[in-house]
Amino acid sequence: MADLAPYRAVLASRIRSQRSYRANFRIDLISSFMVGLVELAEVWVLFHNVHSLGGFTFAQILLVFGLADVAFSLADLAFGHCDNLPTYIRAGKLDVFYLRPQPLLLQLITSDISLRRLARVLVGVVCVVAGLAVNDIAWSASTVLLLVVSLVSGFAIFSAMFVWAAGAQFFLINGAEMTNAFVYGGRYAATQPAAVWNRPLKVVFGFFFPMAFTGYLPTLEILGLPGPEWLPAWLAWCTPLAAVWAWAMAMLFWRIGVRHYQGGGG
Amino acid sequence: MSPIIETRELTRDFHVRDGLRRKRIRAVDEMSFSVDAGAAVGYIGANGAGKSTTIKMLTGILVPTSGEVRTCDLRPVQDRRRLAREVGVVFGQRSQLWWDLPVRESFTILASIHALSSADERARTDELVDRLEMSEYLGTPVRQLSLGQRMRAEVAAALLHSPRLVILDEPTIGLDVLSKQRLREFLVQERQTHGTTLLLTTHDMGDIERLCDRVLVVDHGHLAYDGTLDGLSRTVGAQRVLVVDLAEQTPDLLGIPDTAHLGSESRGLRQRLAFDAERTTAARVLGAVSEQAEVLDLSIEEPDIEDVVRRVYAASR
Repeated sequence: MADLAPYRAVLASRIRSQRSYRANFRIDLISSFMVGLVELAEVWVLFHNVHSLGGFTFAQILLVFGLADVAFSLADLAFGHCDNLPTYIRAGKLDVFYLRPQPLLLQLITSDISLRRLARVLVGVVCVVAGLAVNDIAWSASTVLLLVVSLVSGFAIFSAMFVWAAGAQFFLINGAEMTNAFVYGGRYAATQPAAVWNRPLKVVFGFFFPMAFTGYLPTLEILGLPGPEWLPAWLAWCTPLAAVWAWAMAMLFWRIGVRHYQGGGG
Repeated sequence: MSPIIETRELTRDFHVRDGLRRKRIRAVDEMSFSVDAGAAVGYIGANGAGKSTTIKMLTGILVPTSGEVRTCDLRPVQDRRRLAREVGVVFGQRSQLWWDLPVRESFTILASIHALSSADERARTDELVDRLEMSEYLGTPVRQLSLGQRMRAEVAAALLHSPRLVILDEPTIGLDVLSKQRLREFLVQERQTHGTTLLLTTHDMGDIERLCDRVLVVDHGHLAYDGTLDGLSRTVGAQRVLVVDLAEQTPDLLGIPDTAHLGSESRGLRQRLAFDAERTTAARVLGAVSEQAEVLDLSIEEPDIEDVVRRVYAASR
């Protein structure tokens, strides 16, 4: 691993500048927390009207939502501003990254960090804890291991989604709408019971963008449920493979994108 | 001396959408040139002539469509990160500082990015702060700086890691006369003390005259001229213009040696005389004018770079 000092220097300055506007930071934290709550409320409202969906009760879906949301919020915290790439490209800021002796992607990732997103992580954590408490779980060492593996892999999968989307921005003009459909649509899909998906959706969000691996599959395995057609519970142990696949795709897009870069005008 | 920049048949195409069809535009067309270490080269041309594209290929931002390029004996795209340690780039139009941080803090971060030792960092920062006269605003956030202050900070930021090659893209754009002057003096000094190679694009003839000993003129991706500035003026016959304000209304000053009378205003109170710097000097012209009329004020108009470029283009076609 290369010297981390440059990234630390940039990140430290970003954190300092965010904390120097205290009132602003507090409002950001609160609004970010509210966004997390509203997303949870969506799921709650859905389950308020039906008793179970895709074989899941609200208590069970709480765990799916929590796992996926913690993974997503952490990825959003670390990689979320990859979304800014089109702005960077247009403002010529990316050219500046090219002129520094660090890898581009690492520079992009460490160019900023939005601490307010920590508030959303909190919503997710509360859901995971609640989900683990209200469900009847046969605890064992492998349950704990699966939880940890799922969270780490889920973080990697969502992070890869951000990088994939950023890579695609190099050759799509105004492509953010399209990639957002998969990044944020994927996040939404990840918090749903995948059993209700039709086959094309299972292919897209089950395997191609491995969203089902971030919350749904681990929950099946933890709760000892069999899982629907195409998505058996044992796949939960393959989440690291899904993460590797997601990153392979992300790096492929990123590399093609960087080579395809046309410069920021000027 | 070994070349610090070398290109061979360097070419770059862009694909642009023209309605439904995709059109190919050749921004840089088989350009071959080399720059010796320690040289100061002006790279001029009209907007869209291919200047920025060339610079981006020299620094590894853009991948060439074909041809070869070596900068500091490195392949810019493949060795981008190593090259970044050898080259400093100043873009007049984009910033590499952190807009919400004090200038000093931007320098600290950049020093860390270039892995300078703390002793080197201090010595180099002190040197740059001193020579670019930045001490008053080191603690000011970048967004609150005037353009002149910000440009000096940008130049310092690009030179902090003591690069062997400095590329400046329109460094003096929008600056007032004094700021331009300061920046030029600094660059001359930097070149003398560190032997830094300069490559700059500009629309300001003054930059070229005071900084560069060689000029490349690019037109539609081709090199239209490569040589000294004097040679360029000779080739295209670009002339300076002496503008004199006279004490009294004077008939047109037609008989001044080596000059051409361009025109008179206010019945001869202000007259414009073109002269060729190769054949005479401003002082001689002024002397000759003073024999005929009392001069109250004067100014000298430099040959306009757009004009020079236009003439080169016309001559090369």
